[in-house]
Amino acid sequence: MNMWPLLGIALVVAGFALRINPLLVVVGAALATGLLAGLDPVAVIAAIGKAFNDNRYISVTWLLLPVIGVLEYFGLQQRARSVIESVRGATMGKLLVTYLLFRQATAALGLTSVAGHAQTVRPLVAPMAEAAAAKTHGDITEDEREEVLAMAAATDNVGLFFGEDIFVAVASILLIQGVFDSYGYALTPLQLSVWAIPTAICAFAIHSTRLMRMDQRLGQGRRGSRAP
Amino acid sequence: MITLAMLYLVTGAVFGAWSILSAADASNPKRWGNAGFWGLLAVSFLAGDAIPDFGNGLIVLALAALAGTGQLGRGAAPSSSAAQRAAFAARFGNRLFVPAIIIPITAFAGTLLYKFTPLGSLGLFEERWVTLILLGLGVIIALAVCMIWLRPRPITVLEEGRRLIDSIGWAAVLPQLLASLGAVFALAGVGEVIGSIAGEAIPAGSPFLAVVAFALGMVIFTMIMGNAFAAFPVMAAAIGIPLLVVAYDGNPAVVGAVGMLAGFCGTLLTPMAANFNIVPAALLELKNQNGVIRQQIGTALPLLVCNIVILYVGAFVLWN
Repeated sequence: MNMWPLLGIALVVAGFALRINPLLVVVGAALATGLLAGLDPVAVIAAIGKAFNDNRYISVTWLLLPVIGVLEYFGLQQRARSVIESVRGATMGKLLVTYLLFRQATAALGLTSVAGHAQTVRPLVAPMAEAAAAKTHGDITEDEREEVLAMAAATDNVGLFFGEDIFVAVASILLIQGVFDSYGYALTPLQLSVWAIPTAICAFAIHSTRLMRMDQRLGQGRRGSRAP
Repeated sequence: MITLAMLYLVTGAVFGAWSILSAADASNPKRWGNAGFWGLLAVSFLAGDAIPDFGNGLIVLALAALAGTGQLGRGAAPSSSAAQRAAFAARFGNRLFVPAIIIPITAFAGTLLYKFTPLGSLGLFEERWVTLILLGLGVIIALAVCMIWLRPRPITVLEEGRRLIDSIGWAAVLPQLLASLGAVFALAGVGEVIGSIAGEAIPAGSPFLAVVAFALGMVIFTMIMGNAFAAFPVMAAAIGIPLLVVAYDGNPAVVGAVGMLAGFCGTLLTPMAANFNIVPAALLELKNQNGVIRQQIGTALPLLVCNIVILYVGAFVLWN
């Protein structure tokens, strides 16, 4: 077996570790892998081009940006902040736990495109989380602000990943079914999706505990630094 | 019938407009780099199917060269000031949320209507792409509502979109490029090599160790490929089916379902899953490109332990 193509993987890991521009890393790794597998350069470039063209649907999402941008121009983020500020007892932790539940529940019903980083996190959830953190803890530091924004995005991912497999018609369930079918095991989507439930519960428990802890931690650093 | 190809034409037109506006933006010292980058994407969306595969490959090389040599910059795109935004927000109130919600609701309600009512038999949309096409329609409806109600100048709509796409920069095409890398990996047989190594590395005789190896294999291979879908068939063929299901008589449904979820823990940990981890960092304008991944480690690792326990208990303890 030709082991040389594995060098492409090493290139990817090294490139990301050295913080070289990821587009360059990925294209370089693709070229190297293809050449090491014994393909000729023209065939490798054509394979890259064909896959890029076939996967254009991934980038169609950017059509959202003019709408989000224009709503931001008219103060959507400011509005999202003031809504959170007007809710009594709202904290960053409680807000993100609610969003996690919403994201897991809607994904479990197959509604994966209802929310997302461009649709909901940037215009709504991230500014709300930031406003809630500032409301509870006073002015937060720049590092804490970054953490809160990143946590808002992380919460979206956790909710999506560990909710969607409860829905029977999601792509990953169909893939599992297809793979097992090809080895002669006939599984129904329902058999598979039921087994996504224990992990979904664990994901909610672990991530929401972390969110509530982060709420306390944000406050503590500040109080500590204020003490004489 | 509305097809995906039509949606590509709209997307190409938007990228084309961003390219022209970039070229005209004297406040961006690297304006030609931006114009070239978005222009190449416009060509890909408008004419990609007419260009031979090799030509599309050259477009990819050119995109990587522009990004890799630091040719992309950002101009001081004029937007509204913080004070103006606060005034607008007070004036328009919660109704500002309406256009933002129109898009997901169109995609969701439309998909349901299309699937479960006679509407679906009219053949309005290309069957495979109903949700994506409805998302595009939702954008157009939301834009129409914004134009009628908020009355921005049309150029403002494009400029505000450009402000966001420039803040995302090259990360905007990384997910699409990673799909190309996956195609080359498949062509070169990378999956089979990894699978055979993983298959040989497991000590015989212990179902629990095999479960651990299967879960860790899913995580590591998912981190390399950036997506659990690519890892699953390989790890299922190497460990999941021959060892866990056949040799140790485990429950195939649990092995499949929880094995995939173990892979999702890997997705939380890798910059290769660009659309989940790198794109949001760019969208939120974080200083640390890996900021989102850093927040996910604390959830992914304990959850992986949970998955290993669930897999072992569900596939063996409860089954036999």
